[in-house]
Amino acid sequence: MLHIINQSPLNSSTLDTCLNTATGGDVLLIEDAVYAATKGNAAEAKLKAAMGKFKLHVLMPDLEARGLGDRLMDGVTAVDYSGFVDLTSNNKTCQSWL
Amino acid sequence: MSDAKKFMFVNRKAPYGTIYALESLEVVLITAAFDQDVSLAFLDDGVYQLKKGQQTKGIETKNFSPAYRALEDYDIEKLYVEKEAMAARGLTEEDFLVPVTVLSRAEMGKLMDDQDVVLSF
Repeated sequence: MLHIINQSPLNSSTLDTCLNTATGGDVLLIEDAVYAATKGNAAEAKLKAAMGKFKLHVLMPDLEARGLGDRLMDGVTAVDYSGFVDLTSNNKTCQSWL
Repeated sequence: MSDAKKFMFVNRKAPYGTIYALESLEVVLITAAFDQDVSLAFLDDGVYQLKKGQQTKGIETKNFSPAYRALEDYDIEKLYVEKEAMAARGLTEEDFLVPVTVLSRAEMGKLMDDQDVVLSF
């Protein structure tokens, strides 16, 4: 299953709820959620801990827009828009955590 | 300017994810045109608005971050960043597009008390 998060981790409980509820699979961070995957942010430890359970991905154009393309933390895979499409088509179900 | 009021714009949202950051900037420029005493405060995710190196080509959205550099041409030079918010996001003063004054939350609160008008975005 693919889980899509679009809220900033420091402004919303969406990422926490997803990581605590979902049992595994792919997690894709888009829009303001990409801040969660940046080095040195307060959600970094949480995301690192989730790496054993989930495959983490970040939408690179959103990270670059925010000036943080060079701060992606290790263990998170960068994807472009076609990678986004691949993730949705390779998973049977997809949940957008709005 | 005897009738100038002290205006503070409180910015707490990241850019691009919502329209708040851009809207704030527009109102800031309008206020400056009326020769008011303008301060910009950046709290929480608002500190991300000032991050250097924004490249929005990939999301096909206007990159409005260069406008923060133009603020000094409108005599807007009071930019305040919350120290705790900056630290929680792994950012330092060197990450910002423009020179800022870093304040603790307590200092920010006092500065808010000094204002005549506070607008929140």
